[in-house]
Amino acid sequence: MLRYIAKRLIGLVPVFFGITLISFFVIHLAPGKPTDVDTSLNPKVSYEARMRLEKLYGFDKPIHVQYLNWLKAFVFFDFGSSFVDGRPVAEKIAERIPVTLLINISSMILMLSIGIPLGILSAVKRGSLLDRTTTIVTFIGFSVPEFWLALLLMSFFAITLGWLPISGIKSLDFEYYSLAGKILDVARHLVLPVAIAAFGSLAGISRYTRSAMIGVIHQDYIRSARAKGLSERIVIYRHALKNAMLPVITILGLSVPGLIGGSVIFESIFAIPGMGRLFYESVMARDYSTIMGILSIGAILTLLGNFLADIAYSYADPRIRVTGSGE
Amino acid sequence: MKTFLKNKAAFASLLFIAMIILFAFFAPLVARHDPSAIDTNSILAAPSGAHIFGTDTLGRDIFARIVYGSRISLAIGFIAVGIAVLIGTVFGSIAGYYGGKADSIMMRFVDIMLCFPAFFLILAVIAVLEPSIFNIMAVIGLTSWMGVARLVRAEVMTLKERDFVWASKVMGASDTWIIARHLIPNAIGPVFVSATLGIGGAILTESALSFLGIGVQPPTPSWGNILMDGKSTLGVAWWLTIFPGLFILFTVLSYNLLGEGLRDALEPKLKELSTK
Repeated sequence: MLRYIAKRLIGLVPVFFGITLISFFVIHLAPGKPTDVDTSLNPKVSYEARMRLEKLYGFDKPIHVQYLNWLKAFVFFDFGSSFVDGRPVAEKIAERIPVTLLINISSMILMLSIGIPLGILSAVKRGSLLDRTTTIVTFIGFSVPEFWLALLLMSFFAITLGWLPISGIKSLDFEYYSLAGKILDVARHLVLPVAIAAFGSLAGISRYTRSAMIGVIHQDYIRSARAKGLSERIVIYRHALKNAMLPVITILGLSVPGLIGGSVIFESIFAIPGMGRLFYESVMARDYSTIMGILSIGAILTLLGNFLADIAYSYADPRIRVTGSGE
Repeated sequence: MKTFLKNKAAFASLLFIAMIILFAFFAPLVARHDPSAIDTNSILAAPSGAHIFGTDTLGRDIFARIVYGSRISLAIGFIAVGIAVLIGTVFGSIAGYYGGKADSIMMRFVDIMLCFPAFFLILAVIAVLEPSIFNIMAVIGLTSWMGVARLVRAEVMTLKERDFVWASKVMGASDTWIIARHLIPNAIGPVFVSATLGIGGAILTESALSFLGIGVQPPTPSWGNILMDGKSTLGVAWWLTIFPGLFILFTVLSYNLLGEGLRDALEPKLKELSTK
């Protein structure tokens, strides 16, 4: 097992460099230099001052040297400082990331705890009313614009019914609450964003669980388990589920980028101060160093998610470990 | 084809998509109002005989804006997916056909691209370039070809061992000829399915971008930027949010159901398994 993990880890290294290279390339698609606003577009700035400024930021060096310098700093989580307020990008990201992770992890737990049982039930009771309803709901889940759903639910639950707060992460008088009150307050604020994030990916998970389960149920070992006289419960949950979970783990790993990317949308709608909103603000302000930092962090989180999925997969299926091919 | 026509959901979806395409082509005939005509006498008017879907904050007819907006959705859906299919097919068939080192390097690149949350990458590129319709199409296409590449690669890898490919090789056909004339046409079936589903995805992405204000720029109407208007007036003008949202939902749903129907028609074996 350890050998397998080490092998996968080594495999991640080139992907990591690829990620940094692409992030760097994307930002350098921009015409001109970020210092242009202060220099060539400003007639009062002398040629010497412009050169000094460019030298300060390292723009006078060839592009591959710039990349290597950036990469060297990047490995130590130094993403430079923001063009907007001059604060270190790493600090800005660090204070925003916990909320985003909290929302993504809670919505993932919610999605799994609804999606998997739903998938199993619709596979076992195929063609039933439940199965057909689930199919319809999953198709809607695939097709609905999440931001639209968020708007409608926000207007219904927060404005019409007044049950939940409209936006933000905590109430104005948050400081005066007891600890339990604080937790409850944050939880109330997170209900809608978490539910919506989960709904979007619920469709995928329940559908994959269903089709994986259907594929497994028709296999010989299930028939022999039934022939042995095992109860249907044990056959489904002990024997079938284990194998049906394999493709689901892969899908779970693949759904990480969607969740992280989606955080831009619902964090903007619900005014949640997370990484997604920071990214949106940086895009609007053309804050290239922050954009570059978050882009790479997002990709690395995805890489981490895939890595964990790989490990979980090999843990669930020893064949992968033995043959050593995780492809 | 028969199985496809029997699928009621897919058929209904096809009709809905046809309707949207007609809307896009004959927008001036379908909509009675000019989508950008400002009417200060009927600002935020509720749906009525004159404006069946109501009007927005500038008194513009929502139905007309939705009808004209379908042009954007259609163009972005088809062109973005066209770009993705083109890149994915060429990339996947080369990787699959040559195999070996070229294949492993190319697929590693696909892995790297898949690590980026697509929406982040799109936003970053839009931040750097201008949010024009052309750039949006291009960037959606450039960030969504990886699935197609994997599909085509897998198909090509099984196809290239088949007798007809060997026969063609023995007759002296060049690699390019084999890939273009024998492999790609035979591998294209599943690509159609994925492309149909991809159009739905591209429409969703465009609407999300426009909703955030970094997509199609006003005054050009797109379903997403009508919704952006709706956000601030949700309490007083529900029609501004409900109608464009339903159009996005039904259009994307139609492409998804159509894709699913195509899959069932193209892969009868799979269908058998899932309905057994």
